[in-house]
Amino acid sequence: MGLYTLRRLLVSIPLLLVISAVVFTLLQFTPGDPLDAYIPPDQVLSAQQREILKIDLGLDQSKPVQYFKWLGRAVQGDLGYRIKNGQPVLAELGRRLPPTLLLMGLGMTVGVVLGIFFGIIAAVKRYTLLDNTLTFLAFLGISTPAFLAGLLGMYVFALKLGWFPAGGYQTPGQGGVLDILRHLILPAIILSVTYIAILMRYTRSSVLEVLFQDYVRTASAKGVRSYRVIAKHVLRNALIPVVTVIGANIANLIGGAVFLESIFSWPGTGQLYLDAIDSRDYPMIMGTTLILAIIILLANLITDLLYGLIDPRIRFS
Amino acid sequence: MTAIAPSESTKLRAQTPGSMALKRFLRHRLAVVGLVLLGVIVLLVIFGPLIARFGPDEIDLLARNQPPGGAHWLGTDPTGRDILARTLSAGRVSLMVGLFSTLISVVIGTTLGALAGYFGGWVDNVIMRFVDVVMTFPSIVVLLTLAAIVGPGIDKTIIIIGVLGWPLAARLVRAKLLSVRELDFISAATALGANDRRILLRHALPNVIDVLVVFVSLGVASGILTEAGLSFLGLGVQPPQASWGNLLSSAREINILESYVWQWMPAGLLIILTVLATNFLGDGLRDALDPKAKQ
Repeated sequence: MGLYTLRRLLVSIPLLLVISAVVFTLLQFTPGDPLDAYIPPDQVLSAQQREILKIDLGLDQSKPVQYFKWLGRAVQGDLGYRIKNGQPVLAELGRRLPPTLLLMGLGMTVGVVLGIFFGIIAAVKRYTLLDNTLTFLAFLGISTPAFLAGLLGMYVFALKLGWFPAGGYQTPGQGGVLDILRHLILPAIILSVTYIAILMRYTRSSVLEVLFQDYVRTASAKGVRSYRVIAKHVLRNALIPVVTVIGANIANLIGGAVFLESIFSWPGTGQLYLDAIDSRDYPMIMGTTLILAIIILLANLITDLLYGLIDPRIRFS
Repeated sequence: MTAIAPSESTKLRAQTPGSMALKRFLRHRLAVVGLVLLGVIVLLVIFGPLIARFGPDEIDLLARNQPPGGAHWLGTDPTGRDILARTLSAGRVSLMVGLFSTLISVVIGTTLGALAGYFGGWVDNVIMRFVDVVMTFPSIVVLLTLAAIVGPGIDKTIIIIGVLGWPLAARLVRAKLLSVRELDFISAATALGANDRRILLRHALPNVIDVLVVFVSLGVASGILTEAGLSFLGLGVQPPQASWGNLLSSAREINILESYVWQWMPAGLLIILTVLATNFLGDGLRDALDPKAKQ
């Protein structure tokens, strides 16, 4: 396991560098003087001071050198300042990351649990009306883009039925865990829909494959009760490919979160990102892109490691 | 033993792979439903100008925000434009973006995938490393950032979506080509002296078409969704040109979402129906054309 972890880590590092290189390249195409990104807006520098800053930042040198200097600064946490309000980019990100992680965490948990649960039911009761209904709903779920699900969800559950507040982080004047939870539930559930839809189909086919294996038959023949057979033998093996699917769709989850944060006015990284794009706030855009890409990379790494943990065959491939 | 002269009823019908695939396809009820549904939507969208009584850009300030009924079958938007006309015109745009972006992905992906699959060796390695890197890159993030830098517009949107979709096509083509190149007729062609280009173009690639057909159907669905997302955020197709995505973006404001449902729901429903139909179709095509492929 240790060697496998090491290998995966080693592969991730060049990938990280490639991502940073791509972000840096994109940064070169944004309009505006890159120097301005590093000057807090309440300071006005004379031409001579700008020259000095320019040399200090390495902006007068070749592109590869610039890249390394930029990388060095980024690693130390200096991603420049927002054009919009002059706040340091990293600080803004730091403020906005927790709500997004909360939303994604709840969405993913609900999505994974329900997706696997329904997938198992669909497999065990295959070809019945329940299975067909669930499969159809799964198709529906994949066919609905996240933002549309968000609009529909808000329309039905918040505006028409009034079960949940129509967006925001907490009720002004209140606050507290329960209040935030009330605001969190609807967007989180909508976010989970994608996962439920995708996981249901994969779990179903994976469970079906395992159900007819010999070792399941043996357990059943030996008299182990159905429920235990499913829980202990079928699930552990069926869930192996499912873990990969979960990891592969984390990028989708982040994409969905971006849209849903906009619709539900959830003060997270996604909303920050869209806001920056709207106001062409390039330092912010680039900083967020870098952070999001890193998060996805980390998530993929964790998924790979989990996969190696669950399926011993992978560690030696 | 009397010989039976062949008549219409006893003549053997040759079963071509095409007709077998068609039979398999028709057995999939959902896929057929998808095909029919998609056909209906495409016809509606193409003949939109004939169906709707108003133009999609006809402003009529006396008829603003009217609910469905009367002269405007689906109601009007804040400047009095007919929703039905706009939604159908938007459908043309969205379908076009989906289709053309997928075509771009197919062209790039097939070229690279064929080169990798057929020649193997270091060519294969280099191309596949490239594919891996691009695939690992979170496409949403790149998509949004690219769109922010490059700017909005139909053409740019088509190119961006197309450029992000080719790795999957490359992988599919390469995989198919790896198995095709072992087949006997390829060896026969080589033995007869055909050069690489001829073998690729005339013998190998035609066998990749079944994989590509499935890719196109699913790719169009994905392209429509992506365009909708981009336009919803203001980064794709720009008003006054309608697309399903930017028709939905008006619903970002809560009062429009709540009070003027008819302005955004038709576009939303059509997106779901079109993508659903294309997904059914793609599933059916995949099972029909390659029944050995595991789900």
